[in-house]
Amino acid sequence: MTTPLLEMKNISIHFGGIKAVDDVSISLMPGEVVGLLGHNGAGKSTLIKILSGAYHADEGEIFVDGKKVQINNPRDARAQNIETIYQTLALADNLDAASNLFLGRELTTPLGLVDDARMEAEARKIMARLNPNFKRFSEPVRSLSGGQRQSVAIARAVYFNARILIMDEPTAALGVHETAMVADLIKELKAQGLGIFLISHDTREMMELCDRVSVMKNGKMIGNERVEDVTEDDILSMIIMGKNPKRDAA
Amino acid sequence: MTDSTHDTGSESAQPHRNLFQSLELDTRLLGMIGAFILIAIGFSIATGGNFLTPRNIFNLTVQTVSVAIMATGMVFVIVTRNIDLSVGALLAICSAVVAIMQTRWLPGVIGIELGSPFIAPLAVLSGLVVGTAIGALNGALVGYQAIPAFIVTLGGFLVWRYAGWFLTDGQTIAPLDRNFILLGGAEGTLGEFWSWVVGIVASIAAVWAVYIARRNRIAHDFPTKPLWAEFTIGGVFVAAILGFVATLNAYNIPKGKLRRMFEARGEVMPEGFTQGHGLPISVLILIAVAVVMTIVAKKTRLGRYIFATGGNPDAAELSGINTRLLTVKVFAIMGFLCGLSAIVAQARLQAHTTDIGTLDELRVIAAAVIGGTALAGGAGTIYGAILGALIMQSLTSGMGMVGVDSPLQNIVVGAVLVFAVWVDIVYRRKTGDV
Repeated sequence: MTTPLLEMKNISIHFGGIKAVDDVSISLMPGEVVGLLGHNGAGKSTLIKILSGAYHADEGEIFVDGKKVQINNPRDARAQNIETIYQTLALADNLDAASNLFLGRELTTPLGLVDDARMEAEARKIMARLNPNFKRFSEPVRSLSGGQRQSVAIARAVYFNARILIMDEPTAALGVHETAMVADLIKELKAQGLGIFLISHDTREMMELCDRVSVMKNGKMIGNERVEDVTEDDILSMIIMGKNPKRDAA
Repeated sequence: MTDSTHDTGSESAQPHRNLFQSLELDTRLLGMIGAFILIAIGFSIATGGNFLTPRNIFNLTVQTVSVAIMATGMVFVIVTRNIDLSVGALLAICSAVVAIMQTRWLPGVIGIELGSPFIAPLAVLSGLVVGTAIGALNGALVGYQAIPAFIVTLGGFLVWRYAGWFLTDGQTIAPLDRNFILLGGAEGTLGEFWSWVVGIVASIAAVWAVYIARRNRIAHDFPTKPLWAEFTIGGVFVAAILGFVATLNAYNIPKGKLRRMFEARGEVMPEGFTQGHGLPISVLILIAVAVVMTIVAKKTRLGRYIFATGGNPDAAELSGINTRLLTVKVFAIMGFLCGLSAIVAQARLQAHTTDIGTLDELRVIAAAVIGGTALAGGAGTIYGAILGALIMQSLTSGMGMVGVDSPLQNIVVGAVLVFAVWVDIVYRRKTGDV
């Protein structure tokens, strides 16, 4: 067995009296896509926000390449090459694409000033790969379409040599064509050996893209199965009933 | 060429470009300059030409400096979705410290002789340190303790002015150090020759900046403006800079004062000698502040984070930006600029009075807002705030010259503030620019 790229062990977090995530463990191998499923409020987004440093877990440990790491804030996560595409995209709407792409990690000139020209050039390079139609580099991202904004958010996660990529509903705001592009991108990144957590409500899409699916309900992990071992109905019943039919049958 | 409202989202080739688009000028800036020109022409007619004399332009510039310096800092505060109501009070306590420093503490406690060349720099330094420290305290209360900026600085509005009052026992402090007064305006000017030197250096720098920006875009194969547009912009910069210097040089120092200056040096003034004022040191300070603050806003990480935080605080936080520390920095900059303004204001008045800077918080906020800073955060420019300050001061001075009573002046300025923001909102709605 190779060491998992990432392991989160026995993670719990409370908000007031509510256990948003309750003793959850999950792992990710290099080149693996793991789908996180569950109702709204099941704890998926909270779990990945612990990984991306937005929240701090009350209990539990995180291991990257088998080594224990502390992730106390988004900077720590980035230092571990963990990149996140948030459902809200987390873009500064008043800044242009390049400024958003490099936000928090600006390229600078030898004098220490931000090097807008070089950042725009780099942004043009990566956008040519991700979304060749993207031309509006000098406009604030608020004036872009949903798909264009999404590609800026994806570019930001992919540009910095992510090893672990978290995608929270990456296709929720997209049209058919753009959704297909994101699917292609996920396959490409998977082939490059990245580990990807994918959150989505679209079970069919998940069956197609993921190697494994993990289902959460009320903060607990219900099931963790390889996609070839389960049917779409199995997954749905886990989401709705909070029971793992396979395990119950055994 | 038909109705273009439907293809605002198109990214097809090059759209038809009108003159302003080719020049890539900020239409809001043009609007403000237009408003300023209208005000100037209006008052010029109403005063029979007195409004646009070199003398009045000189006075107007000198009177604008203090509020304009603070307005540049207020841009950062408002861009990060905060507000600072304590700037006038901060100015007052900084002024109190600076005044006591140069008249009592430095000569009395530390024993530096009155009139020593060390007094002015040390007094200035004390004002800047106190301003920065109080600003940082405000920022820490807002950033780390999550007390709303409105409350922190509303408290500060009362606390700091009256802390200053206790320092000076409510007394006016004058006379001030002779070197210190040079920072105020009319008493400290560069004279004609050095004003031209500054003007020419600034012109070269402006042209150089245009050239470098173009070269950078060409080096990266980015689209560039047509060459004629670059030349036009460079030409306008140079004409504005040199025109400004020429105007201030054309305002002659009064005969009597000139004679006293010669006598002070133990010389006799030659018959028929004249000398223009030229650039006041206080205006140079404002220009330096404007340049530095613009560079901070546009070209540093700090500036980038200020605007990102204003645009989307959550996104900034998730991008690893320490938004709490950023708040401290923003308020510390504001405090530093209040200290600087205190120095300029006090030197101009040649006294510290307990009511110095009263209502400045409102003028400063108004200047920033008239200058296009959005109270919702995320948008604002340094040059806009300075222009806003200039427009406000022009209105006040102009009405004073025409003989409008001061209660009516306040009514007009208040109405203009609301009107300007309304125009801005309508403009933003039209252009889809939030």
